Amino acid sequence: MAVMNVNPTRMELTRLKTRLKTATRGHKLLKDKLDEMMKQFLDIVRENRALRIRVEQALTEAYRRFTVATAVMSPEMLEQALLYPKQAVSLEMTFTNVMSVDVPKYTIQLKNDEPSEIFPYGFATTSGELDAAVSELNGALELMLRLAEAEKSAQLLAFEIEKTRRRVNALEYVMIPQMQETIRYIIMKLDENERGNLSRLMKVKDMMLEEQMEKAHARAEALRAKS
Amino acid sequence: MYKIGAIGDRDSVLGFSALGVEVAFADTSSEAIQELRRFARDQYAVIYITEQLAQYMQEEIAVYKDRLTPAVILIPGKSGSLGIGLDAVRKSVERAVGADIISPVDGN
Repeated sequence: MAVMNVNPTRMELTRLKTRLKTATRGHKLLKDKLDEMMKQFLDIVRENRALRIRVEQALTEAYRRFTVATAVMSPEMLEQALLYPKQAVSLEMTFTNVMSVDVPKYTIQLKNDEPSEIFPYGFATTSGELDAAVSELNGALELMLRLAEAEKSAQLLAFEIEKTRRRVNALEYVMIPQMQETIRYIIMKLDENERGNLSRLMKVKDMMLEEQMEKAHARAEALRAKS
Repeated sequence: MYKIGAIGDRDSVLGFSALGVEVAFADTSSEAIQELRRFARDQYAVIYITEQLAQYMQEEIAVYKDRLTPAVILIPGKSGSLGIGLDAVRKSVERAVGADIISPVDGN
């Protein structure tokens, strides 16, 4: 792991140590977040899967009934019967927060609450098969909305999980080792400087002592010569 | 107030119009892309698309994947399910977990 491009100074060392502490803490928090998100995600995705299977079954059933209805009615009649709805649906969308991810929640709002109001046609010109098909589809609609909710939540969470995991990995395998390495490098460098300084001082001391000794010798020599 | 939309061939989505869902008919995926963009610009929170159309416009659908609205949801068309919807669920698991750990669990 490469050492960061910093000056090996004491100030840099303190700065890095603080950064390392923050990074380690952040890493721990993000990892906890990731774990919890994963748990929630798996719950949602299981629901999503189950709902999808149910919706697909319900729709297949509804299509089957429609096919029967088409068989006994002309396409023009069918279209005329269905294309201008009495019913109108609109959605109320609220958001719930799942681990800091906003996921939508849909509440359906019908213009007509009367159960019979789902049939936008008079019964005189249409067949009973069509009624069955429409009511089947009406039953599926609520399921389809739950499916939309679960599926969107799963997608949004998957995106967030992917993002968080990338962050966790970047911290764990790049940022933190890099900082540790750099801190070690600075400490070594500072220690080395310290040792260098120490030996230099010792050398200087030796030299000074030697000089003094020489002077003392010289003085002794001079005294002996006089006497 | 948001709306619900459905895009598909005439036979598949005609029934939805009886329920008050906004319906757009499309026989080719390029038509479907036009309709999807129109719906997405408007106040649609949920847009259902038949798998038969969706299989040729995956990139267009992927655009909306990470957005809050609209939710683009695949439904089987008249000729039955192609399994693309379930496959998308599997993909999102793979994306989040790194491996598909859901599919083998049966009975859910």
